[in-house]
Amino acid sequence: MDRIPILRIGDLLLVTVQVDMHDRLALALQDDLCLAICSRDTRGVLIDISALDVVDSFIGRVLADTSAMASILNAQVVVVGMRPAVAITLVELGMTLPHVTMALNVERGMDFLRNHNRSLDAPSESAGTLVPA
Amino acid sequence: MSPHDEPLVIPVATEMDITLVRQAVRQHATRLGFSLVDMTKLVTASSELARNAVKYGGGGSATLQVVRQGGRNGLTVTFEDSGPGILDVDAALRDGFTSGNGMGLGLGGARRLVNDFQLHTMVGVGTRVVVTRWL
Repeated sequence: MDRIPILRIGDLLLVTVQVDMHDRLALALQDDLCLAICSRDTRGVLIDISALDVVDSFIGRVLADTSAMASILNAQVVVVGMRPAVAITLVELGMTLPHVTMALNVERGMDFLRNHNRSLDAPSESAGTLVPA
Repeated sequence: MSPHDEPLVIPVATEMDITLVRQAVRQHATRLGFSLVDMTKLVTASSELARNAVKYGGGGSATLQVVRQGGRNGLTVTFEDSGPGILDVDAALRDGFTSGNGMGLGLGGARRLVNDFQLHTMVGVGTRVVVTRWL
């Protein structure tokens, strides 16, 4: 069966969807991404959908589920490149993808992930400060 | 497909066929001169309805037909299956209703994405959904 390739750049994964995905291909990508996230230290996943001219409720759900799965596996998904016509259609369809992080393009998505990772690496302020005795 | 062309019938039996329906609707909508947004809406609605026919109707067909009314062109797509039919149509059109494992956006969502939407269903006989988007 066809597979969507997953590229690794350090602790980031990059997926560029360039074909009109049938349902099983989308589910295979979901599985492959989860496995790839766990195979090595992975902090972020960029999914570029700029080539997709249609995102229906099934693909939308796969994006939302993948994002949730990655989050449980401690990786942040950013979906980038959604076309305006796709966004308009998704909202009319009733699918607003509230829990999926979006960015305009790959570059913005990379920026987001870098900042996100930096804030994760920084000592948490809310955790309080240890005062030496 | 010109306005005089024969309707194009696409069998919809497996989820792979959903992609074929999307391709055919995309092609015809582009050729008719639909705007990008209108085309995206019709292709997306067709994708939802084709999936319904596969998942709930046990397969069927999608028929594409160029239509003309009052000097404007449109594209009508008819989805037919001989599945179990829909018991409660009002409920099926409501967002969030699903008898499967989907989001329950298919039927109601598809209706919002087209200009004309007709649903004929008979329990034990099957379901026919006819959608049209006008240029």
